[in-house]
Amino acid sequence: MTARTMFDKIWDSHVVAEEEGEILLYVDRALIHEGSSHAFAALKRRNQSVARPHQVFAFTDHYVPTTGREKGIAGIAVDEIRNMVIAQHDNTKLHGIRLFGFDDPGQGILHIVPPEQGITQPGLLIAGADSHTSTHGAFGAIAFGMGASDMTHVMATQATWQRKPKKLRITVDGKLGFGIAPKDIILAVIAKIGAAGSVGHAIEYAGSTFAAMSMEGRMTVCNMSIEAGARCGMIAPDDTTYAYMDGRPYAPKKGAEWNAAMTRWLALPTEAGAVFDREVVLDAAQIEPMVTWGVNPEMAGPVGGAVPDPRNAPDDRKRSDWTMALDYMGLQAGMALTDIKIDRVFIGSCTNSRIEDIRAAAEVAKRGRAVVPAWVVPGSKLVKAQAEKEGLDKILIAAGFEWRDPGCSLCTAINGDQLKPGERCASTSNRNFRNRQGPGGRTHLVSPAMAAAAALKGHFTDVRELMK
Amino acid sequence: MQPFTTLTAIAVPMHEANIDTNQLCPTRFNKVPRGPKYREILFYDSRFKPDGTPTEFMLNAAPYDQSGIIVADRNFGCGSSRETAVYALYEFGIRCVIAPSFGDIFAANCAKNGLLALTLPEEECAAIRRQLQDQPGAKVSVDLAAQTVTDVQGKAHQFEIHEVRKRCLLEGLDDIARTQQYSGKIAGFEAGYYKDRPWLSARA
Repeated sequence: MTARTMFDKIWDSHVVAEEEGEILLYVDRALIHEGSSHAFAALKRRNQSVARPHQVFAFTDHYVPTTGREKGIAGIAVDEIRNMVIAQHDNTKLHGIRLFGFDDPGQGILHIVPPEQGITQPGLLIAGADSHTSTHGAFGAIAFGMGASDMTHVMATQATWQRKPKKLRITVDGKLGFGIAPKDIILAVIAKIGAAGSVGHAIEYAGSTFAAMSMEGRMTVCNMSIEAGARCGMIAPDDTTYAYMDGRPYAPKKGAEWNAAMTRWLALPTEAGAVFDREVVLDAAQIEPMVTWGVNPEMAGPVGGAVPDPRNAPDDRKRSDWTMALDYMGLQAGMALTDIKIDRVFIGSCTNSRIEDIRAAAEVAKRGRAVVPAWVVPGSKLVKAQAEKEGLDKILIAAGFEWRDPGCSLCTAINGDQLKPGERCASTSNRNFRNRQGPGGRTHLVSPAMAAAAALKGHFTDVRELMK
Repeated sequence: MQPFTTLTAIAVPMHEANIDTNQLCPTRFNKVPRGPKYREILFYDSRFKPDGTPTEFMLNAAPYDQSGIIVADRNFGCGSSRETAVYALYEFGIRCVIAPSFGDIFAANCAKNGLLALTLPEEECAAIRRQLQDQPGAKVSVDLAAQTVTDVQGKAHQFEIHEVRKRCLLEGLDDIARTQQYSGKIAGFEAGYYKDRPWLSARA
């Protein structure tokens, strides 16, 4: 028998039907948020019920405020934002969908909470109403984002029509250098293959670097697969995965259930000799702390480098893209990245708001004091509680950082948290698109440690120097 | 869904690569219910200054305020899965985007809303954009059944499209109704699937 990839095994186990090369795939779990209002409106127009409400999970994250939560939903100042949160409560109640809502002790971001709850498991097919659903692939699942119409379809049928993507394996071997984070790896990958570098592909991340990585780190990597254009990203489950899942509320119970699950999980990883459509290889030892300087995540370089000069661009198209990017970002060609002064720092988002991210930020923060406003927004109430148990909040607050309540916050800038025009932010989020963090805002993507270091210095700095 | 058959319309060239859905519909407008308001939302932060007055952005003035087609560069519609990006294009009057590649989710969202996201090779897109640059306001024609784009100079470019997507667009088919014909198959699939995975059904 030919050797199979993990992607093919999971894909094949979800095929319900085929029509001329379009495949109807069964969906194990659907993840939605307040912005899924368009999907609920479509269900209503059709007078359509939700087919499997217990396989749909809802999260209040995009629109929640990250301060003043003690005032409750009624305390949300802007009517339109408050109404989004209320509408989600009403819609999920109407359809019998589990909501990790405003007051729920498990509230948090839709890519942080499902792993914490054991909703995310190896071998599943997970559809999310958000492009960063690729995050869940860190457990050895096929997980991808979709728009409102496709999510309406999933809620109405528990299935989705898809065409099989090509397969790309990204192998990184070796030990990460001191001060290098999973975020630096994925930014280095995107800088190498480009923001469109994996359009139409499913990525599998393989190699000793990922094998040695925590689940938190793997989630950061898979999260940004979409920023290279991929349909999804995944990493084979292993003992690290199983140890993480053990005892989570929706995970299989130890004993017969766990053993049955384990039998399936152990058969998931890609077999030796399986063929991918493309292979990309990076050496972990060559990866340095990364900083983006432009308006999409491929415009990134090592912190020791400089803002590139459009005159040196490889072709005319890149030259014009770089020129426009530098103009929007207000940067000079050739200036050192460490000379870029920042106005604010944001540590949070579905990319980097897990406990390890908060620990990394606190480890740096305790060496100084923030000289610019610096927010830390944990990804969930559980992350927040764990960080407080470890005293990380106190370290961060003592260093002048602001410790806020969980949500998407300044990554998607839809809840009122946003940059002012022209403000420059060192951000641990996933998109440095124009206006992403607010009209006119300028975003530089970095790891949590690099963001904290920038907060202490007021400009980008090599966190490895600071930690010496 | 409105069927898509043929279209002859003013085509606007957009030379930049990686135009993301945040630009097509800035995040703060995602909460707007679907409807004509999206006409103004398209490329809002490029089209309007912070005080709300219009900028020089090309979609704001003739001939491009009447555009029905965008000819773009690679990875158009990358980023966020927001379908509001498609609502904005649609309400503005855009029915077709031609590009060397698209964000996968965006392309799927287009198909669900009667908007044709069609792929032509990079050089052909660049050539059509140059023609449009030379003749602002020129029209381009698209024939979905024949799978051709006819450029400003009358040259036909053949494009590929998946048969199912083509049929759904031509007929304006609703895929939920299509899938409901499979409800028996889905139930049958579930029976086998959960028999082998009792830990999932226990809490499903």
